[in-house]
Amino acid sequence: MTEYTDKIKEISKRVLAEGRVEMVIGFRKGSVPMMNQPHLATSAESVDELVWDSNCGLNLANYITDKKGTIGIIAKGCDSRNIVTHVIENKIKRDQLYIIGVPCTGMIDHHKINAMFDSEILTVEESGDQITISGNGFSETKDKQELLQENCTVCTHRNPVEYDELAGNLVEEQKNVDQYASVTKVESLSADEKWNYFEDLLSPCIRCYACRNACPLCYCPTCFVDESRPQWVGKSQDPTDVKTFHLLRAYHCAGRCTDCGACERACPMGIKIREFTKKLNKDCQELYGWEAGLSLDERPPLDTFKTDDPDEFIK
Amino acid sequence: MKLIKIDQQSWNTGIEKAKSAYRVFGPVKEKNDHEFKLLEPNEMPDVHCQNTRLSPKSIIYPQSQIMFTYSLDESKEDCRIMKEVENVKSPMAIIGVRPCDALAFPIVRKNFDTPEYQDTYWIKAYEATTFVGLACNNACGTCFCTSAGTGPFGEEGLDVLIIADGDDLYAKPITPKGESFIQTAGWTMKAEASIESRIEELKTSAESSVTSSVPTDQLKNKTTLELYDAPFWEQEAFSCINCGTCTYVCPTCWCFDVQDETHGKSGIRMRNWDSCMFPLFTNHASGHNPRNAKHERLRQRFMHKLKYYVDKYDNGIQCVGCGRCIRLCPVNIDIRKICDKMNNFDADSCVCEATSS
Repeated sequence: MTEYTDKIKEISKRVLAEGRVEMVIGFRKGSVPMMNQPHLATSAESVDELVWDSNCGLNLANYITDKKGTIGIIAKGCDSRNIVTHVIENKIKRDQLYIIGVPCTGMIDHHKINAMFDSEILTVEESGDQITISGNGFSETKDKQELLQENCTVCTHRNPVEYDELAGNLVEEQKNVDQYASVTKVESLSADEKWNYFEDLLSPCIRCYACRNACPLCYCPTCFVDESRPQWVGKSQDPTDVKTFHLLRAYHCAGRCTDCGACERACPMGIKIREFTKKLNKDCQELYGWEAGLSLDERPPLDTFKTDDPDEFIK
Repeated sequence: MKLIKIDQQSWNTGIEKAKSAYRVFGPVKEKNDHEFKLLEPNEMPDVHCQNTRLSPKSIIYPQSQIMFTYSLDESKEDCRIMKEVENVKSPMAIIGVRPCDALAFPIVRKNFDTPEYQDTYWIKAYEATTFVGLACNNACGTCFCTSAGTGPFGEEGLDVLIIADGDDLYAKPITPKGESFIQTAGWTMKAEASIESRIEELKTSAESSVTSSVPTDQLKNKTTLELYDAPFWEQEAFSCINCGTCTYVCPTCWCFDVQDETHGKSGIRMRNWDSCMFPLFTNHASGHNPRNAKHERLRQRFMHKLKYYVDKYDNGIQCVGCGRCIRLCPVNIDIRKICDKMNNFDADSCVCEATSS
C-alpha cells in the first residue's frame, strides 16, 4: 500500500491548489514504529509529509466532526463508512468534503506485534505484503496477513464506499470470512462464564477514554460518564462503573459502528473493546440486515421505524 | 561504595524473607505487559523486563482512593461528620523501580508535601515505602532520562540500587532505609573490589544506549506568555484526541478530582486521578470552560511540565524521561518534539514566519 503515498500527495496538492479544499487530513510518519500520526496539511510543503502504509489504523472521520470549511480527507474503507455515517448524522456536509479513497489491504496490529517480541521493536518496514520487524539483535520478516488488526482480518469493505477520487486500484474484497466468530464464542458461554470473561477483559482498563475519543461515533457534547446532574455512573475504578462505561458506550454505537478498530488500536492497555461493539453489529445484521455506513440514502435502523421491524421482544 | 553481591539463590530467598517484613511489590508479566503488583508468596519480580507499561506511582497514589466516610442517618451521633479513613501503612517495598520512575517520587513530593499543606495519604504511603531500584542496562528508543535529570544508573529517590550483570546481581545501599531492607533480606556477601570498575563500565554503556537527547536548557529563559502564545500549539494538538493516556501513564502527573458517592444513608469521599486533557477538568459550574479548545489543554500539559514547574521550583523539568507517554499515546504526540520546539522557540522569528505563511 506504500505506493499510494505519491498519488495521495499528487491529488492533495492539486485539490489544494485548485481551491477545491482548504485542508487535507491524512497521516504522517510517526516518531515510534507502527504509530503514524493524523496530520492536517494546508500547504504543498505540509502535503509532502503525508504517508500511507499499514500503520494508518486510526479513523480519520474522527477529525472532521463539526469541522468548518472544505476538507480533503484520505479514507480507507472503514473511514469512508464513518464519513457516510457522519453525513447521515449531520456532523459534516458531503459537499464540504473531497474524499480521496484508499483501497485497503488491512492495517497491522501494534499490540499483537509488540507482544510477539520480548525486546523493544525499533523499526518496522513494509515491502509489499511482507513486514520486517527489527530491534537490537533481531530481525524477522513476516506475512502482513499474520499481523493484521483483528477487525481487518474479518473486513468485507476494504474499498471505500464513497469517494471523489481513488489513490489506487480497487482491491478484491475478502469473501467467506466469519465476521462474528468471536461473538459466537462468547454467546455460547453460560451467564457466569460471560461475567468472568468480561470482568477479565476489562480488568486492565484505566478509564483514560482513549477508546471513546478515538471513535468517530463518540461525539456527544457531554458523554454520559461526564454528566454530573444526574451522575449516571461513578468516576472511580470500581469494576461496576468501569463495566457500565464500556457496555453503555457500546450500546450508543449500535447500528453505527463500522468495526474500524480505532478503539482497540488506541487503547493503551490492549483491551479487546470490539468484543462489545461486534455483538451489537451482529444483532443489527441479524435483526435488520444492516451494516453501518454503506449508503448515504438509508437511515440507520435505530433511528427509523418500519412496520415490519422485528418485535419478538414485545411480550 | 559498599556493594553487596547477590547470587540467584540468595536473591530468591532474600525476596521471600523481605515479604515477612514488608508488603513487597514488583514487576510481573500480566497478559502481554509487565505491571507492578503485590507479590504472592514465591512470586518473584521480573528483573529482566524493560519497563512496566504503567509506572509504580499507583502504589503510593492509587487511581481511586477513599479518604473519608460519612453517614446521613439522622439517628446517629456522627451524622454528616466526615471521618478520615484509617490510613496506617504497613511497610512496603517496591522492587525493580527504574531510576526514571524513582526520580518521579521526589518530584511529586513537591506537590503533596509542602510547608503549607501535607497530603497525609500520600506522605504516609511514601514514608512507609522502601524503593529498591533496578539500574537499566539497555534503554528503550523512547527513553531520554539523561536529558531529564537522571540516568540509567540514577539514584535519586531510591533507597537501594540493584545492578544486574548477567545473572549476577549487586545491591548498592543508598539510605538507612535501604540498609535495613538489605539486612532483612539477609544479603551480606561483600562484592569484590574489582567489581566497581565493571559497574562503571556497565553505567557508561547504559548511558550511551540512551539515544534520545532533549535540550531543556533554554526553557527557563523563555518568556512564559510568549511561549503560551506560540503558534505551534494548534498544529501540535491537531492529532490529539484528549484521552487521559499521557497523564495516567505519567509517573509525575499528580492531579486528582474529589468525588462523594452516597449509597443509601452512608457514603464515601474519595479522590480519583484526573487529567488536564479532559474538558471536564476545567469546566466551571457556570458552564464556562477556560480551556475549551483541545490545543489549550495540550498546551497546559506541556507548559506545566516544561515551563511552569521549571519556573516555580527551579528543579529542572517535571518529566523523568521514561518515554511512556510517547510509547502509549494513540496518536503519536511526542514530548521530545514538543520540548524541542519550546526550548528553541524564538518569538521574534516565529511572528515573521506566521505572517509570511
